[in-house]
Amino acid sequence: MTLFKKLAATTAVALAMLAGPASAETVKIALVVKALGIGFFDAANKGAQEAAKELGDVEVIYTGPTNTTAEGQIEVINSLIAQKVNAIAISANDKDALVPALKKAMERGITVISWDSGVAPEGRLMHLNPSSNELIGNMCVKMAADNLPDGKGDVAILSAASTATNQNTWIEEMKKVLPKYPGVKLVDTVYGDDLADKSYREMQGLIAKYPDLKAVIAPTSVGIVAAAQAVEDAGKTGQINVTGLGLPSEMAGHVKAGSSKSFAIWNPIDLGYAATTIAYELATGKAEAKPGAEIPMGRMGKVKLDDTSSGAMADPFVYDAKNVEEFAKIF
Amino acid sequence: MSLIRTLLARRETLLLCAMLALLIGVTARFPEFATPASLANVFHDTSILIILALGQMAVILTKSIDLSVAANLAFTGMTVAMLNHAFPDLSILVLMGLALTMGLALGAINGLMVWRLNMPPIVVTLGTLTIYRGLAFVESGGAWVNAHEMSPAFLELPRAVVAGLPVLSWLAILAIGLSVLLFDRTPIGRAFFATGGNAVAAVYTGIDVGRTRFYAFCLSGMLAGLSGYLWVSRYAVAYVDVAGGFELNVIAACVIGGVSIAGGIGSVAGTVLGALFLGLIMNALPVIGVSPFWQMAISGAVIIAAVTINARAERSVGRNILRRKEIVL
Repeated sequence: MTLFKKLAATTAVALAMLAGPASAETVKIALVVKALGIGFFDAANKGAQEAAKELGDVEVIYTGPTNTTAEGQIEVINSLIAQKVNAIAISANDKDALVPALKKAMERGITVISWDSGVAPEGRLMHLNPSSNELIGNMCVKMAADNLPDGKGDVAILSAASTATNQNTWIEEMKKVLPKYPGVKLVDTVYGDDLADKSYREMQGLIAKYPDLKAVIAPTSVGIVAAAQAVEDAGKTGQINVTGLGLPSEMAGHVKAGSSKSFAIWNPIDLGYAATTIAYELATGKAEAKPGAEIPMGRMGKVKLDDTSSGAMADPFVYDAKNVEEFAKIF
Repeated sequence: MSLIRTLLARRETLLLCAMLALLIGVTARFPEFATPASLANVFHDTSILIILALGQMAVILTKSIDLSVAANLAFTGMTVAMLNHAFPDLSILVLMGLALTMGLALGAINGLMVWRLNMPPIVVTLGTLTIYRGLAFVESGGAWVNAHEMSPAFLELPRAVVAGLPVLSWLAILAIGLSVLLFDRTPIGRAFFATGGNAVAAVYTGIDVGRTRFYAFCLSGMLAGLSGYLWVSRYAVAYVDVAGGFELNVIAACVIGGVSIAGGIGSVAGTVLGALFLGLIMNALPVIGVSPFWQMAISGAVIIAAVTINARAERSVGRNILRRKEIVL
């Protein structure tokens, strides 16, 4: 009994000593972005500040070079090492060039993670992807399915170039989830080569070829805008819904016109929030980054890491008439 | 008999036949393609290409080439789009005037370098191609001007339907009409042919070859500037890569239309038909569901076929600089 008491007491003291330094002073987390003055990253900073407020003892340093170069980011990293920050969360301009500087930071005990645009595995503890190919593919089909009249109809895909790796992966994932959405009848896949005029023409072709076309999925920012414009010009607004991946600032007009009911892209606010929370969890030792680990991200749930210690944050965020105006001001 | 022969030997007849064959082929697979509304749509879609090709024709006739048209289009288009975003109340006519002037100035820069500095046109316009597109990036910072940032009047003009056709189509028709007058009925129009046909002979007849080239580049630039506004308004978006690589379509339209790359040979009707032929292919291939790889291969094959036929015409180039030259079969 006395032995147990003794043990309990020493453990408590040891724990208090361990936890002491972390809770006594604020955790300094540097959010390093590709370049300052970009709306997308300013929005990520908003999310980071939100996380800091929620966590309490966190100070977020929002920084980055003035233009998107790896050299600029290396300078920023070196100055952050000198400032003795606790954690660096970086969206990298170069996957490999930053590794030596970030390794140096990790040797000094700084927690390094990458988000949005990743760093090679040896240069960071973990990487946070905004979303995953599976989630993107599923969301694209879901957005089309949700707005089909009577829940069924012809759907076509308008992609970028037929050789584009990203788009082809997403289209593969879309085809995989089709059985989950029995109302969606995929009739065609066409390629607009990320050229406004070619995408517009392909969309006109789809309209002519499939009189019963109800939705078009364009997982490319040039394609989705051109397709929406083609639908408006053809007087098919309300009959054909254009959806896919696009930026709120580029799509706001088309959502307002009604040619696009909803579209998706990652939410930079959530991304900044999640990156900051993860950096905090790792820097304070509450979680550990290793393949297979699950790290909490506050209101965003948990991220599960794969073999390369990278994980996907969430489903792409859906924008529609209710929120597009607000986000159009951001990015 | 000889009339039929001459008619058959004309590039315009050849192209019309090819287009008709293409149309029949497409209609067999997709009947709705041949409806008047659908064909009017093809013309509408090809309008910008026609306007650009007419300017390019003037340049190629003088044995030069203008690779900077698409970059000029992007730079001018971005400029008017940004102006419209900043000053939504600015009249569209002012903006169109500005697009024409700015395009003309950019074309004049090409022309001056070719004329005064005696630089090869392909090098000059290859340089300005990157400069103009670079400037479009500099002024916009890489940002897009989007549909909701453009004023309704800015977007409406090319779409407005007058007497059954959209204004954009009417502008192309106007450009064709003016070009017929310019190339066939004015001294400068004839000087374009003379300069490329035989520069030495042209000098002897009192034509200033350098100045003629300069005017050709000015014309090409001016039409590219106008197309800048039309393009940005038609697709309701302006970004740096707008019309990337489109200069090649423009040159292809001229070549298919029988304009000789070696200069001196060509006609407005041929160029317009060349552009329409490309437009027909670009609009037909999506509806008959040809793989994107084949689309490129088909466009390429058509260009090579056209150049092969052009080469036959060039063999007969003589000292006569003003007589109409035709393909000799």
